[in-house]
Formats: sequence, C-alpha cells, structure tokens
Amino acid sequence: MGLRAYLDRIEPHFAKGGRFEKLFVLYEAADTFLYRPATVTKTTAHVRDGIDLKRMMILVWLAAMPAAFFGMWNVGYQANLAYAARPELLTASTDWHVPIIRLLAGFDANCLWDNFLHGAVYFLPIYLVVFAVGGMWEGLFAMVRRHEINEGFFVTSLLFSLVLPPSIPLWQAALGISFGVVVGKEVFGGTGKNFLNPALVGRAFLFFAYPAQISGDTVWTAIDGVTSATPLVHAAEGTLTLQMSWTQAFIGIMPGSIGEVGTLAILVGGIALLVMKIASWRIVAGVFLGMAGLSLLFNAIGSAANPMFAIPWYWHMVLGGFALGAFFMATDPVSAAMTDTGKWIYGILIGVMIILIRVVNPAFPEGVMLAILFGNLCAPLIDYFVLLANIKRRAARHVQ
Amino acid sequence: MAKSITAREVLFDPVFKNNPVILQILGICSALAVTSNLNTSLVMAIALTSVTAFSNLFIAMIRNQIPSSIRMIVQMVIIASLVIVVDQILRAYAFTLAKQLSVFVGLIITNCIVMGRAEAFAMQNPPWRSFLDGIGNGLGYSLLLIMLGTVRELFGAGKLMGYEILPLDTNGGWYVPNGLLLLPPSAFFLIGFFIWALRMWKKEQQEKPDFRLAPQMKEEE
Repeated sequence: MGLRAYLDRIEPHFAKGGRFEKLFVLYEAADTFLYRPATVTKTTAHVRDGIDLKRMMILVWLAAMPAAFFGMWNVGYQANLAYAARPELLTASTDWHVPIIRLLAGFDANCLWDNFLHGAVYFLPIYLVVFAVGGMWEGLFAMVRRHEINEGFFVTSLLFSLVLPPSIPLWQAALGISFGVVVGKEVFGGTGKNFLNPALVGRAFLFFAYPAQISGDTVWTAIDGVTSATPLVHAAEGTLTLQMSWTQAFIGIMPGSIGEVGTLAILVGGIALLVMKIASWRIVAGVFLGMAGLSLLFNAIGSAANPMFAIPWYWHMVLGGFALGAFFMATDPVSAAMTDTGKWIYGILIGVMIILIRVVNPAFPEGVMLAILFGNLCAPLIDYFVLLANIKRRAARHVQ
Repeated sequence: MAKSITAREVLFDPVFKNNPVILQILGICSALAVTSNLNTSLVMAIALTSVTAFSNLFIAMIRNQIPSSIRMIVQMVIIASLVIVVDQILRAYAFTLAKQLSVFVGLIITNCIVMGRAEAFAMQNPPWRSFLDGIGNGLGYSLLLIMLGTVRELFGAGKLMGYEILPLDTNGGWYVPNGLLLLPPSAFFLIGFFIWALRMWKKEQQEKPDFRLAPQMKEEE
C-alpha cells in the first residue's frame, strides 16, 4: 500500500488551489489507472458493474497484444526474407534501424528472436511516437476542457499503430494520430461523443494525404526499394493461390500493415473480447455475415475480367484488415450502433461494404477502413430507425 | 437595421464580426471548390466581391421601383447580368484561369452571399451604403478564400501562386506535400478550424449548447 499512500500524500498538490492544479488530469489518470476511482455513480439509473470504462479499455489493449506481437515477428520475417534474397540491400542500407538491429540480433529469417526483434525495432518507435503525440493532445484537451484523460486513448494509439505499414515515416504517424485524436474525437467533446473511430480517422487522413507512404507495393516490407504486393493485390490480379496457401494467410505470414496480418492472433484476442462481452458478438457476426453473403453472391455472378469476383469468403476473411476491423475497430462501443438490432444491421452493412469496395471498386484494393468509417456514419441513423420501429411496435400493442 | 450603424461598420463588420462564410456559413460550395490554389482563390474573391458590390448598388438604386411580388426575379436578372460580365471579362483576359474556375464563376449567381445581401441589405438601404456592404461582405468572403487558398496550396503542393516555396521531395527538397489538402473535403476541415479559432477569439460568436448532461458522479460519502 506504499503506492496508495504516496498517491494520497501528493494528492493535495493537484487539487484545486494546489501547486500543480493544472496537472490534475495527469495525476487523476495515473491514480485511476493504478487504483479503482473514488467516485461512484450516485444519481441517474445506472447499471453497476465491477468493470468500468478504464478496465474495459485496458482489456481491449491487452487483447490486441497477440496481434501486435505476431505483427512484430512478421515484419521482421518479411524483412529478413528480403535481405536473404538480396544481401546487397543490407550492406548498402542507410536506414537508422539497421545498426540497432545489428547490435541486438542478426538477420536470420529462421530465427524467432531475430525476426521478433527486427519487427520490434520498427514497431516500438512508431508506437512510442503515436502514444507520446496523441497523449500530448489528449492531455492538452483534458486540461483545457476539464475532462479526464481517458484510457480509450490506450486502445486508439495501439490500434492506430497496428494499422500502419512498418515503413511509415514517424512524422507521418505523429500527424495521423494528431488528426485522429483532435478531429476524430476531441472536437466533438472527447471519448464517448465521437461518432467516428479515431484510429481509423487518423489512418484515413494519412491514406488520402500521403498515399505513397501508406499504399502501393513498396511500403509493406520495411526496406527501401523492396516491392512486396499485399495478397489483396495478388487477388485482384488473380494470382492469389499461386502466392500463398490459405493456412499461411490465416496465420498471417504475408506482407501487410503491422498488426492486421495475423488473423489467428487477432482471433485469440478477439474471441477473448467476445467471451468477456466487451466486444459485441452481434457486430462481429454481422460483419462476417455481410461479408460472406455478398462474396457468395459475387462468386455466383462471376466475372471474366475481374478475378476478385471469384475470391471465396474464407479467403476474404484472412486477407487485409478484415479480422482486425471486425473484432477491434467495428466493435468500438462509442462509434458503433447501440441497439441490439442496430448492431446486426450495422455489422452487416460494414461486411457488405468491405466486399463491395474490395471487389467492385478498382481504386481501392482494401475497403475495411472506409467500410467501418461508413458504418460509423450510419450508426446513429440505424439506431434512430430501430428505436422508431420499436416505439411503433409497442404502440400497436396498445391499440384497442 | 438600426440607424446608428456607421459606414465604417457597414464596410468592416462582415470581415470578422459577422463574416458571411465563417459565422453565417454561406457560400461554402465555392469555398471548397476553387481554393486548391491561391490564384483561383484570388480571382474568385475579386469576382465575387465585385458582383456583390455592384448588384447591391444597382438593386439599391431601384429598390423603391421594384414591386415586392417580383423582387426576386429582378434581383436575379441584375445578378445574372453582372455574373455574365465578369465571366466574359475573365475569358477575354485570363483564359487559363477561367478554364480552371470552370463553372464556378457562372455559379456565383447561386452564391447565397450575393442573393442574401441583395435581399437583406440592398432592398432597405441607399445605394452608397449597399455598395459598401457588398464590398464588406466580399472582403469577408475573400479573406476566407485567401486563407484557404494559401494553406491548401502551400501545404498541399509546396507552392504559392505557382512558385515553389517549400522545396518538394520530388525535386530533392525535404517537403512531402499533403495530398489531402488538394481534395475539396480538406477545405471543410480548414473552415472548421478557422471557425474554431475565430470563436476562441470572439467569444460572443459561440453558440449556446443545446443541452447539458447532468453530472452522473458524486464524491463517495
């Protein structure tokens, strides 16, 4: 209890009139991160539960860890494979990551540690920058607007880092999270009042602002000048099954954004979230149904010119950001639909949009980000109509 | 309109205190469409300012002769003639710019600022004042357009008026242009930021919140 006593001892300095009054939000964030908040719901009707927003967000953060760890290994594995194929790239490299990796490990694609460390050297700076810059905005707004620093940002920062390609320049990561936190969340009043997923807002900003660094085929392996198309590009060219097996794609040994490749690892964390009832199973099931339904329809229609029409649903499921999007992004409780029926509709809408964008729209190889943002936009409307229908149904019950 | 407003206020109030775009949210369409570079923004600003000023002037001159039942049509005729004049001048003397602005010069006729000032100000005020009001509102619109054009061209393409200011990475410099700023939606964000900044400065422009959430927490007793 030494820590508790220490926190209590320094608390007066942060209270009103104290020396560090302006830094109260930081104290409060640290305190409630470590211990249960001292305030409890007293007024309006409210479900009481041992799990509050902060614990919930931390659990989501933990659940994303398998995907993050697998992602780091995969970043290293892909890079080391490329180095093995073209050793001259390694000796000629001027990348600042390379000396650090050389200091701590080797470049052997068969060595678990080498791959993992290689990926960590790329991922951790991205995550640290995102966390520091986003946290700075979050803290700034908390101080000026006098609301609490919310653990939602833990999740936003991690998910945002996971959907970036490993080679993203750090300043772009900083710019993206700034846009995501400020425009995606804080201008609307902070966590709970944002109608879009802040991590995806940040990614969408980068996607449209700097397309060269976040799409195309040179960004997915963290080495300058190495091209490695994502499986979705192979799929669009009709060469998917020549490039990799389904199991390989399911485990996630393929180029892609850092944390979105490992469908298996995402499933581990995602199913844990479903079991703990943190993520809504209705949304996940809806996304899956929408995706499977439309891709089956496209399989049936078929197309001679567009090989994407023939990609079956079990392939769509393991490619691109589908798993991460369905389990971690679409289920964001703030920006998703709130009603149970609404969650089904919202999920199905996202699933359908993902396939529509992937298959029919040649401008974007991947559609998960845009589909979820579209779903977020529609969520309040869906809820509105669900409520309206419910009112009508119940009113009809009382007609004489 | 109160009688006590001075000519100076008529001219300068619309710039910050009652900006047609930032406070009244009028004329957004062209503000999104033509501001991807400073050149077109400037031309559009001048075109709209002159149309608003002269339509206000002419409408105020004949305001007592216009039958109320057909006033909109009369206003439209005057505005449309002015827009055609501006469009023809642009085509004659700045053809490439006119090409870039495409339909948006013609669309000045549908710009809410022009019609709004004619209906709200010129129909009740003498010609000289109406002319000043037109110039003032044009200035308010121009200010926003120039700010948008500057930010979008400088950070979206690294240039101003076509001259490279920030050395681009494609030419061996350090600046990576932000492609989003060249797309029309970016003007939405930027206008939002300008509104935010202006309302931080002039707090009387802030709107009252529609409702407040009741506090849901009390200290543990």
